[in-house]
Amino acid sequence: MDSLAIILPEVILTVGGLVLLLVAAWAGDRSADLIGRVCAALLLIACIALEGIPQGAPAAFEGLYRADTFAGFAKILIFAATAVSILIAPRFFRADGPMRAEYPILMLFSAIGMSIMVSAGDLMTLYIGLELQSLAAYVLASFMRRDTRSAEAGLKYFVLGALASGILLYGISLLYGFTGTTLFNGVAASMRVEMSTGELFGLVFVLAGLAFKISAVPFHMWTPDVYEGAPTPVTAFFASAPKVAAIALTARVAIEALGPATDAWRQIVIFAALASIALGAVAAIGQTNIKRLLAYSSINNVGFALIGLAAGTEAGVAALMSYMAIYVVMTLGSFLCVLQMRDQHGRPVEDIASLSGLSRHQPRIALAFMIFMFSLAGIPPLLGFWAKFLVFDAAVAAGLFPLAVLGIALSVVGAFYYLKIIKTIYFDDPAPRFAPATSLTENGLIAVAALLVSPLGYLLVPSLAVATGRAAGALF
Amino acid sequence: MISLGHYLVVAAILFVMGVLGIFLNRKNVIIILMAIELILLAVNINLVAFSAYLGDIVGQVFAMFVLTVAAGEAAIGLAILVIYFRARGTIAVDDVNRMKG
Repeated sequence: MDSLAIILPEVILTVGGLVLLLVAAWAGDRSADLIGRVCAALLLIACIALEGIPQGAPAAFEGLYRADTFAGFAKILIFAATAVSILIAPRFFRADGPMRAEYPILMLFSAIGMSIMVSAGDLMTLYIGLELQSLAAYVLASFMRRDTRSAEAGLKYFVLGALASGILLYGISLLYGFTGTTLFNGVAASMRVEMSTGELFGLVFVLAGLAFKISAVPFHMWTPDVYEGAPTPVTAFFASAPKVAAIALTARVAIEALGPATDAWRQIVIFAALASIALGAVAAIGQTNIKRLLAYSSINNVGFALIGLAAGTEAGVAALMSYMAIYVVMTLGSFLCVLQMRDQHGRPVEDIASLSGLSRHQPRIALAFMIFMFSLAGIPPLLGFWAKFLVFDAAVAAGLFPLAVLGIALSVVGAFYYLKIIKTIYFDDPAPRFAPATSLTENGLIAVAALLVSPLGYLLVPSLAVATGRAAGALF
Repeated sequence: MISLGHYLVVAAILFVMGVLGIFLNRKNVIIILMAIELILLAVNINLVAFSAYLGDIVGQVFAMFVLTVAAGEAAIGLAILVIYFRARGTIAVDDVNRMKG
């Protein structure tokens, strides 16, 4: 009974999702808008239910599931990002026929999967959560059935995602075999006694599988294609919530299960971080499609977040979670701006060149776009700078000077393509006008996101520091 | 006498065959789906062999979960493949290239 009280948020979402599925089957696509709003409300209720969970890192189902402050912090980010991705969808899909009612429900199921992922205390829970999230995501990527690019995105995401799950599972089977348990604590206890070669192999396979899910180099190949092909609201979702969940899961596995082997995984994480930052910065330069460019931007940002994990300290994990919180706001804001790129017939446009002279037609959207780009580049007065500062600070405190220096140098390279977009928006000759941005929800969300990453966002920094500090404390 | 090592070697060979099947195959997406199944079954052999060796039931429970999820995964993979075939009229791996760069 206690266990059921601890998983209350997931129970609410699961029961709600199943009921809504019946409603959708009975009422058809007419109910899609209503179902979307109910899903967003359910996510809000789940956020409130999180507060009701008793403090003191309670474990449910004999340690299979954890509802500590770390999971709580990640879940709030996940639920909020999912709710935003649901709310921005209807108008996008209306461009070709009514939105189908499965969309918000699949998002909801994916959110349940992510919330199980971040609460996993056992390799089995980890796998089930990850698959629940991924299976819903494969369908979402290919949601526009008649569009060949969307179908191709779904196919690529499915094949590479399934391969990643396979690699992860193989690593899990090795960890299980050589430590004799699937509990994170048990794995750590066994590694503390002695580290065998089999365990090392398991560790490498598990990290490789997780690197696929967070799209860190060298396992990033699927990201640009999937982000470009998937419908824009789905891309916004992929870039935000699943990324937070996968990063939080990686941090938990690395610290809780593989903590005694920190020296072994630190090299892998450092390599993945630097390679992601470098590739994300260099490969983005030649892109002409804005969604593809943001895909490389997300690879780049995952690299910075991994620097916090490479530190392997409590401050490092706190910096990692702060980074993800700020990253989610920036990336959702950018994709909201991308959603406003529609030609006069309401069809979505994705060329960067079509942004030319946006500042003259729609100065407010242009200003928001500029704020998000400057923030992603890490230019000081904006909140994106603070996120980067925290991870570099943690890396230096952990004695990783070369990593911090290289990361800062590469972040300058990355700033180039963000600045190029701002130059296109403000200084190039105007391209044909976009359709006016009239949606109240989307404009409101853009305004909120822009305010949060603007210098005003620093007012929230102290409470963010307290929350992430408490979250990181749960892992150590 | 068949020892734990033999099972692990078989599983490792199947796993490598599955991964190679995904990357070397240039013909057909269906073959990729089969290769994915091969990987998951290799994992199951590992789990059950370890479970028997350790005298611990958790590995077999895990294998059941993997089987169930693999069934769901195959269903979703085939569904996406059908959508793809309807849109493009081909499932040759070399033709999956509308997006590049």
